Amino acid sequence: MTRVPLERKVLNENDRLAADLRQGFLRHGTWCVNLISSPGSGKTMLLERTLASFEPGRRVAVLTGDIQTDNDAQRLARYGFPVRQITTGGACHLDARMVTTALAEWQPDEIDMLLIENVGNLVCPTSYDLGEETRVVLLSVTEGEDKPLKYPATFNRADLVVLNKVDLLPYVPFRMDLAREYIRRVQPDAEIVEVSCTTGVGLDTWRHWLDARAGVHAH
Amino acid sequence: MLEAVRAESARHNAHVLAVGVKVGELSGVDSESLRFCFDALVQDTDLAPLTLEIERLPWRNRCRQCDRDFAVREYRTECPQCGSADTQTASGKELEFAYMEIEET
Repeated sequence: MTRVPLERKVLNENDRLAADLRQGFLRHGTWCVNLISSPGSGKTMLLERTLASFEPGRRVAVLTGDIQTDNDAQRLARYGFPVRQITTGGACHLDARMVTTALAEWQPDEIDMLLIENVGNLVCPTSYDLGEETRVVLLSVTEGEDKPLKYPATFNRADLVVLNKVDLLPYVPFRMDLAREYIRRVQPDAEIVEVSCTTGVGLDTWRHWLDARAGVHAH
Repeated sequence: MLEAVRAESARHNAHVLAVGVKVGELSGVDSESLRFCFDALVQDTDLAPLTLEIERLPWRNRCRQCDRDFAVREYRTECPQCGSADTQTASGKELEFAYMEIEET
């Protein structure tokens, strides 16, 4: 019996496709954002409020992933920007191949900002690089403030954590100070914004963050 | 993973007996689930018998202030040496092959 060393990543194929995507995004000046959260944290609602706030003609496109239905794409398509649904048919996360296929019919140099709504899941999307520049993780106040500790791998890769549904804070035992501390523990570098997509509180801060980042990546 | 096993098997013209992988604490991969799926996929195929050997890699951070590399326990990411909160993940995200054990056929 012989032991052969093998130094490569298990998700080699995904990483290779993700690297191709990243290179393409870089070449075309596309800033790609991967949004991850539990089901029901408000990813689609945040995207709806975001798209509604953009001036028409802004070069934004959205990919939205779900196991079944194109409900989210229908919701998001109302705002006049290109939207495509990725239906995974059972898979609990998006992978780089799905994104590559979904992007095939769009002109890559016509997109300055690509927002990818991942399948609602705090576990599996973590391991699949989609070629994104930035990861945003949403956590809603109805979920409990210890989610960052329960799913450290996901929060550890976050550039920004959006704490959503803050309008519900009076009705739930969610402790914002603890949530912030737990996020800091698993990812000291993450920025944090508090929003309510229902009342609109904090959405200007989120928009400001988006615009500042998008500006850096524009050609 | 099984595609990689097949590729190695063909490359060495050998049967692969075991595959070693490194799974980081922050990889998002649950070792038991990985093992369960791996065994289910291997069972009753020409790849059997094939053992999965998992090495767990702990989560480690490095301090940007004093450069100390330390194990993160109980989610404490502050530097144990200088107390700084300015630390970054140094390892623990791995999901990598380490080796394969082959038997020439």
